[in-house]
Amino acid sequence: MTILEIKNLKKYFPVTGGVFLRRTGWVYALDGVSFSLNKGETLGIVGESGCGKTTLGRCLMGLYEPSEGQVIIKNQNVFRLNSKQRKKLALNLQMIFQDPFESLDPRQTIKEILEEKYIIHGQKKRDLDSQINNLIKRVGLLPDTLSKFPHEFSGGQRQRIGIARAISLEPEIIICDEPVSALDVSVQSKILNLLLKLQQKMGLTYVFISHDLSVVKHVSDRIAVMYMGKIVEVANADAIYDNGLHPYTKALLSSIPRPDPTSARHRIILKGELPSVENPPFGCRFNTRCEHVQNICREKEPVLLKNAEDPNHLTACHFFN
Amino acid sequence: MDEQIILDVRELVIEFDTDLGVVRAVDHLDFQLKKGRILGLAGESGCGKSVTALSIMRLLPKPVSRMVQGQVLFNGQDISRLPVDEMHHIRGKKISMIFQEPMTALNPVHGIGKQMIEVYKLHFPKMSFYEMEKAAIQMLEKTGISDPEKVMKKYPHQLSGGMRQRVMISMSLSCEPDILIADEPTTALDVTVQAQILDLIKNLQVKSDMSVILITHDLGVIAENCDDVVVMYAGQIAEKAEVITLFKHPCHPYTRGLLTSIPSLAGESKTILPTIKGDVPSLLNMPTACRFASRCPWVEDICRKIVPLERKMGRNHTAACHLADIQKNEKKDFI
Repeated sequence: MTILEIKNLKKYFPVTGGVFLRRTGWVYALDGVSFSLNKGETLGIVGESGCGKTTLGRCLMGLYEPSEGQVIIKNQNVFRLNSKQRKKLALNLQMIFQDPFESLDPRQTIKEILEEKYIIHGQKKRDLDSQINNLIKRVGLLPDTLSKFPHEFSGGQRQRIGIARAISLEPEIIICDEPVSALDVSVQSKILNLLLKLQQKMGLTYVFISHDLSVVKHVSDRIAVMYMGKIVEVANADAIYDNGLHPYTKALLSSIPRPDPTSARHRIILKGELPSVENPPFGCRFNTRCEHVQNICREKEPVLLKNAEDPNHLTACHFFN
Repeated sequence: MDEQIILDVRELVIEFDTDLGVVRAVDHLDFQLKKGRILGLAGESGCGKSVTALSIMRLLPKPVSRMVQGQVLFNGQDISRLPVDEMHHIRGKKISMIFQEPMTALNPVHGIGKQMIEVYKLHFPKMSFYEMEKAAIQMLEKTGISDPEKVMKKYPHQLSGGMRQRVMISMSLSCEPDILIADEPTTALDVTVQAQILDLIKNLQVKSDMSVILITHDLGVIAENCDDVVVMYAGQIAEKAEVITLFKHPCHPYTRGLLTSIPSLAGESKTILPTIKGDVPSLLNMPTACRFASRCPWVEDICRKIVPLERKMGRNHTAACHLADIQKNEKKDFI
């Protein structure tokens, strides 16, 4: 069952300059992104900084109004709803943020942080104690943490609190924006395990945004690789890893350092830097760094096409299809 | 002895003053850097990696921290006790350092050119300005910057993270140092840029027969770039070995735990990862015997009573664990 669908989503940010702060250009943060997501599925989104991953997450949450395109959650177009309906929809859609140090209010106790959501959605403070006690246990923390303040916790514990806040209203979809990037490996594995367990128990659907391909591979059913505001390849997690077709996916995969000193492999070191997002290259956006570049890549923009063998595998490249 | 030891850190103890008392950030650290090799210093945040690097460079924040004990022998000379003005000749010239965040390490109000030339002014005051400028441009070129003349005129904020890190590298290599200390040089960068930068450091290292200390929390980076590895836990050394030995036959339970908890690209998706239970104990409240005891799956009585010393596990391989031999049988592992 499709629970979330986005169609041709675009988000342009204006660039202003000059004395009168006139608009001098656009940053093409998202430029025509489409995908759909089934209930209980995890879609991983990978890409380097500036590729539009976070903008995508924020558009899904309704934190940014997209310039064009639709976000359809449970058959409702999010940006056509009035504020009451939006609030109701928020029950189904929650977010876990990257920085566990900045996403928790330092002046609130953990209890206050967790209560806030229930109160906004119309529950009485006095009825909440047992719910919050249960909640904190579900994320593996002790009930005595409730009276403490965020600064008393380590990064991993704070991320658990962030997760507790996200699951408090029993949502169906959670957008995880780099949830483990700020954590050490030994803590990272615990948080990933917690997310997987919660998904199994609650039937959650995740959009998992991260720059770390091995983490994304570990948690996702499907992976979308983004480059400069566009999806260049989508496939099942194993297919991306075993049979990534787009040259960018290949380069990305080969540049991940692997904890095995004996593995000999061909490394593709990309030349050059990411082009400016204000002025993306014409044609295929990867053409400035691609080793297989040909004339057609500079003239025509490739579209996402289905792979002949695997209909779940889509690639946007003129040559590797 | 088969290789020449260029940097020998002995019994290093570093203490910090905090509001809650004196904290020992590094406790009896011992390691050697061999000439022409890359030594990886691995460990999680707060284990004392960066502090160790700063103390080698004599850049510990004063007056809150100090080196209480120990020696840092550079070519046999103890640089930890050198007068400040003599240290100036070593820092930047013989031993130089790259920092994690290239934005904060570069001065935002001066152009790249001025900052590059400053190094030469300090260490080669007899060079003419023209020569300095030429040398700086050559250095930038070596690190793969395509139009160095243009970059010389720019300010740090006009460059991308990867470019800034290249500038930092060319700056730190401009005096052709014997030792380069790279403190998380690629943590702030994207993977594809990380690959470029690590490749660059490795190439330059081979070309100039430099020795490198690479500090990172990423075991993948260690595996692909280092010759020797030191794994630190809570201010102490857990395990020391050559890179292949460490990844093939890790002996210390902490190393083993770390290695198994990394999600693998080849592994199956959506499986529960092995973890190390508990958290790193607070530096204010360290267990008196083995610091890993409360989290160790193999813990026995002896671990809570006696401090484990480094024991030999093989050639160039030591682990600070009472039970390391028995653990090779892998009778109990991480769940």
